[in-house]
Amino acid sequence: MPADTVSVTGWGRTAPTTARLVRPRTYQEAADAVRSCGARGGIPRGLGRAYGDAAQNAGGAVLDMTGLDRVHLIDAAGGTVLCDAGISLHRLMQVLLPLGWFVPVTPGTRYVTVGGAIGADIHGKNHHVSGSFSRHVLSMELLTADGGIRTVRPGTPLFDATAGGMGLTGVVLTATLRLLPVETSLMSVDTERATDLDDLMARLTATDHRYRYSVAWIDLLARGGSTGRSVLTRGDHAPLDALPDRARRDPLEFRPGRLPAAPSFVPEGLLGRTTVGLFNEAWYRRAPRARTGQLQSLTAFFHPLDGVPHWNRVYGRSGFVQYQFVVGYGQEDTLRRVVHRIARRGCPSFLAVLKRFGEGDPGWLSFPMPGWTLALDIPAGLPGLDLFLDELDEEVAAADGRVYLAKDSRLRPGLLGAMYPRLEQFRRLRGELDPDGVFTSDLSRRLGL
Amino acid sequence: MKDAFGTPQSLLVLGGTSEIALATARRLIARRTRTVWLAGRPSPALESAAEELRALGADVRTAAFDALDPGSHETVLGKVFAEGDIDLVLLAFGVLGDQAHDERDPAAAVRVAQTNYTGAVSAGLLCAQALQAQGHGSLVVLSSVAAERARRANFIYGSSKAGLDAFAQGLGDALYGTGVHVMVVRPGFVRSRMTAGLPRAPLATTPEAVAAAVEAGLRRRAETVWVPGALRVVMSALRHAPRPLFRRLPV
Repeated sequence: MPADTVSVTGWGRTAPTTARLVRPRTYQEAADAVRSCGARGGIPRGLGRAYGDAAQNAGGAVLDMTGLDRVHLIDAAGGTVLCDAGISLHRLMQVLLPLGWFVPVTPGTRYVTVGGAIGADIHGKNHHVSGSFSRHVLSMELLTADGGIRTVRPGTPLFDATAGGMGLTGVVLTATLRLLPVETSLMSVDTERATDLDDLMARLTATDHRYRYSVAWIDLLARGGSTGRSVLTRGDHAPLDALPDRARRDPLEFRPGRLPAAPSFVPEGLLGRTTVGLFNEAWYRRAPRARTGQLQSLTAFFHPLDGVPHWNRVYGRSGFVQYQFVVGYGQEDTLRRVVHRIARRGCPSFLAVLKRFGEGDPGWLSFPMPGWTLALDIPAGLPGLDLFLDELDEEVAAADGRVYLAKDSRLRPGLLGAMYPRLEQFRRLRGELDPDGVFTSDLSRRLGL
Repeated sequence: MKDAFGTPQSLLVLGGTSEIALATARRLIARRTRTVWLAGRPSPALESAAEELRALGADVRTAAFDALDPGSHETVLGKVFAEGDIDLVLLAFGVLGDQAHDERDPAAAVRVAQTNYTGAVSAGLLCAQALQAQGHGSLVVLSSVAAERARRANFIYGSSKAGLDAFAQGLGDALYGTGVHVMVVRPGFVRSRMTAGLPRAPLATTPEAVAAAVEAGLRRRAETVWVPGALRVVMSALRHAPRPLFRRLPV
């Protein structure tokens, strides 16, 4: 089995650590790798899209699972797929769309694996309707610390610990997913602008239920009366009869284009207040005040950034931090306060999104809960950012909210228990299942998971 | 583990009574640091330093460490690293010596060299090995502007720091890509116990300023940090000054 000692970071490119990267090609090799992890343990890794240190393991093993990426069985009538966990959602879409099926949940990138989607219990623009990814997992096979393989079904403690468990209960080898039927590969999208945060929240609250997918891009650099001005994009898969004649010939065509990759060296501070401010202004002005039923490709609607490989390099050597939190309904004041603080502070963020979540998910460490979630990216080199985010954490925790572990790279460990009330349950199960701590990551060391 | 901003959760100070080290420790405890090891010669000063840091909320332990006894380093440091990961090692021990006296007393001069250089080579290599095994961590080495060019007024101290500085740079290059980061810190004249009674030099700084520069350097994953930053320019000019001129400079 190939193994290299390499420096590993998350998508944010902060805090690199060195690990032995193992690339199993069979389940047997994966089991052998888990048994021979050594004293510093191992952690599964997919396509490395977690922003922080979730798929790093300093001094230990990192199991690159992307070599195990086969589709085993598609039930084209019933709408389920059995596949290896190392397969990307991109590949799944390529395979499933021609058959008239779509993945049940997709995040802002197609380049995540099914295993990663379960480990982080990812959500998409349809969370308010469909919940998180693990709600659509019918069954999975989990390679546990003893080297054995268990079949795990929803409704069991092991399932609830694994969904959102950041790979710390074991390595997901295969999963059976329930799919979503679609007639076309296009999206029918309604766009509208909101002039400020209150306008945005009112619009989302009033009409979100009409859409399967809903998200708002928010300009966090706008200040004063236009603080929180946003562009709402909401929609659903376009039905066949919504397509023009020409497109109807091949309604399920899926051919995403790719631009040249971002250069490997980008000067520090390219994305400052001025450049991002100009971008945000243009982005807001460019959006129509109101437009309905526009046909967009899947890529344009769900994964605009996937068009630029290695876009994470644009933040330069210091990398960047993603901050995503959720506060429950009824805690709108906290959301307002946080947005105003960010706007006053002038965090140059061009990828900020606000979304309403639906019901919470069963995973013990799953992030979503009914409420408002805001995600933003900030260059890690911004002076004083560490203290500023600590202050936001306090606000979020005081409102019984939480931050998203798949994006975290800097949370104060002491706040974790308050944010994730089922943490003790998780620790107990992990203690029984994996007493020697075979599954360990930089994230679990840093936060004491 | 260090977070995205390079802030460590655990800290090992070699030279546990160093004012710069303690100022750094205070600063880091205010951020994320919870575990601190103060290694130094057992003394009431070491214990009171530990007590002071405990009051700030850290879990502080002391270890008996003597730079002049390299034979004991492996045991002492082995014990510390066996207790858990160390995110940051701050190599802060060093003595200034008394140039005028040491010129007449070679044995005393050798002690300066052994403390500042040989002791650091031994401890530095051992720490580097341990950090490499855990796959992460920073080694911060307190060098000095005196290392950049030896001056008539303190060349014994200066040459020992020059050796240390060159050693640390080489070690940093050797460890590049292993997940271990080595940062050389070159403060100018620091107003502290060590320099009490000496005439103040231009561009003097404080232990707190050095601590702030260390924290900022960790964040950037810097390899060299000058405190204050202006010294980088000043020293690069002085470094290239011709000998006859440099000899006459009042530095």
